[in-house]
Amino acid sequence: MEEKYEKVTSTIERRKERLDRGIKVRTEGIYAISSLEEVAYLLLPRLILITGLLLLPALIPSLYWKRVISITCIYALLALGFDFLANFVGLVSLGGAFYIGVGGYMAAILNKYVGLSPILTIPLATFSGAIICTLLLLPALPLRGVYFAIVTLMYPLAIARIIEALNILGGTDGILGVAGFPSRWIEQYIIILIIIFALFGLRRLVNEDIGLVFRGVKDNDQAVRASGLSITLYKSIAVFIASGLGSLGGAYLSHIYMWSGISQFALDFSIIPIAATVIGGGGTLVGPLLGCFILVPISEFLRAFGTLRIVFYSLILLAFIMFRSEGVMVYAQRKYHQFERWVKV
Amino acid sequence: MDILIYGIVNSFSLALMAIGFTLVYGISRLPNFAHGAIYVITGFGVWWFIHKLHLNYALSIILALVLMGLIGAGVYRFVLIRVRGMATSEIIATYALGLAILEFLRWRGFKGMTYTLPVFIEGSIQIAGVPIDLQRIIVIGIGIVVISFMWLFTHYNKTGLALRGMAQDEHAAMMLGIDSDWMALIAMAIGSILSGLSAVVLLPLGNIVVEAGYNVLILSIAVCIVGGLGSWGGAILAAFMIGFVQILTVRYIQSHFHMVVALLAIILTLILRPSGLFGRQKELEERV
Repeated sequence: MEEKYEKVTSTIERRKERLDRGIKVRTEGIYAISSLEEVAYLLLPRLILITGLLLLPALIPSLYWKRVISITCIYALLALGFDFLANFVGLVSLGGAFYIGVGGYMAAILNKYVGLSPILTIPLATFSGAIICTLLLLPALPLRGVYFAIVTLMYPLAIARIIEALNILGGTDGILGVAGFPSRWIEQYIIILIIIFALFGLRRLVNEDIGLVFRGVKDNDQAVRASGLSITLYKSIAVFIASGLGSLGGAYLSHIYMWSGISQFALDFSIIPIAATVIGGGGTLVGPLLGCFILVPISEFLRAFGTLRIVFYSLILLAFIMFRSEGVMVYAQRKYHQFERWVKV
Repeated sequence: MDILIYGIVNSFSLALMAIGFTLVYGISRLPNFAHGAIYVITGFGVWWFIHKLHLNYALSIILALVLMGLIGAGVYRFVLIRVRGMATSEIIATYALGLAILEFLRWRGFKGMTYTLPVFIEGSIQIAGVPIDLQRIIVIGIGIVVISFMWLFTHYNKTGLALRGMAQDEHAAMMLGIDSDWMALIAMAIGSILSGLSAVVLLPLGNIVVEAGYNVLILSIAVCIVGGLGSWGGAILAAFMIGFVQILTVRYIQSHFHMVVALLAIILTLILRPSGLFGRQKELEERV
């Protein structure tokens, strides 16, 4: 990794050196609370994010764009789950649509056929969706890397085709007449609070003991096994968390559109979160969220051009993977925490 | 009897579709998830050469195949080479490229019934009382030729052997003087030409549609994975298994299950035996 930070330019005599800012080092321990400046250094980025998210619905007047905010938040939930699984547990799951679809259908079934209100269906669908996804993915958990990625890519496609073929759960029409939210404000603020909670919750989680085990599973699973810990157990806990986030998004989606159907298993839900994570910067958890807030509105602008928006975001994804695989957030964090200078070699 | 005959035809179509992907992914370990997109652009390319540039059919096919070879090499040179070795990035990058190509074609309005390629020879014959058109016979013929050619190529030709060596152990291959970038470039070019060839042979049987791109990709992955990475025999056997099961489900259950068979085959094989039926490579790297 060292070479990456020491870029050699034009001649060999000078190179760029990056050093941590003094304030970064001072704010790492408990002494951060000793001065206002240091408290501000720590709190400012977080406060900007939280207030920005909270103000968003109030700042945007049009009804159409308010809906876009809710959809963006749903993608953000998926992207958070993707980033958590890929960069902290080492499971690259290309099947975000699977979680959305299962959660969406569960919420629709609970609402339409059992008759529960959205206050109950969303948590229930989140929980049962996460259980269903984890159970279905359980046999695939021993797989590594690419193999797990391909299996998860196939799951939503297979389930959508099976629903279509068997003509169950409303077949191609989907389940219509799911209850909606009482008002737009409730709809947006609940999901915004959920993503803030999910973001900071996950950040806390990966720094706890269990987070260490997760990273152990990613880096060297045999070492984790040698420590007497079950890899499959930890992987299934991680998948449970990520699929729970996805199912929550799916359940929310069903109630927003008052409908649930096979388009919830569509590729959009698998691709956009990945693109958002790549753009935002994987491994930061905040990055994917920002990536969603960049990508989804732009893709929404392009809705008039039909499938051109898919072309657009797959090209962005391609460009970022090829040329800027670190992502926006990693770059921003580096600028915030470090300064650069030219030194003679 | 018709199940047997159409099963064989279907199996050979699958084998043809998958052979390019098998060469690239199974033999050289380069996931080319733009495979389906290349299949579809070959179809539209040939159509465009015939109808817009008024070339003759054979010439357009050759032109299109050469173009596909260049595109395949280009995909490696400009996209894959930058993410080489990061397996998931390779998949995501090529998949994004394929998605971009397919959805761009859809946006340009290449869809519907208007795009068809002419069959090579008109007419049909009867085999044991079952009518079968000549194009399907050609599919079988070309399938046999291509498969045996590729088998000979990867077993008795220096370049072909180098491709296999690279998949088995890249570092050892490099020590023996194999230029891995150059080999990968060749593999991608040949894989794309094979994908284009399968499009040229198979598309006259139906319309050229963008959705075919996704289906071809799924079917190719299915054949490649079920058969086992790096095993020609396995891939051919997998093509026959999936081909016959598809025909049987369409006949006895429902035509909707056509693709479900392939998807379930992929999922089950990966879960039960990631190396596939006949793959013996790298089992330790696949699962914990």
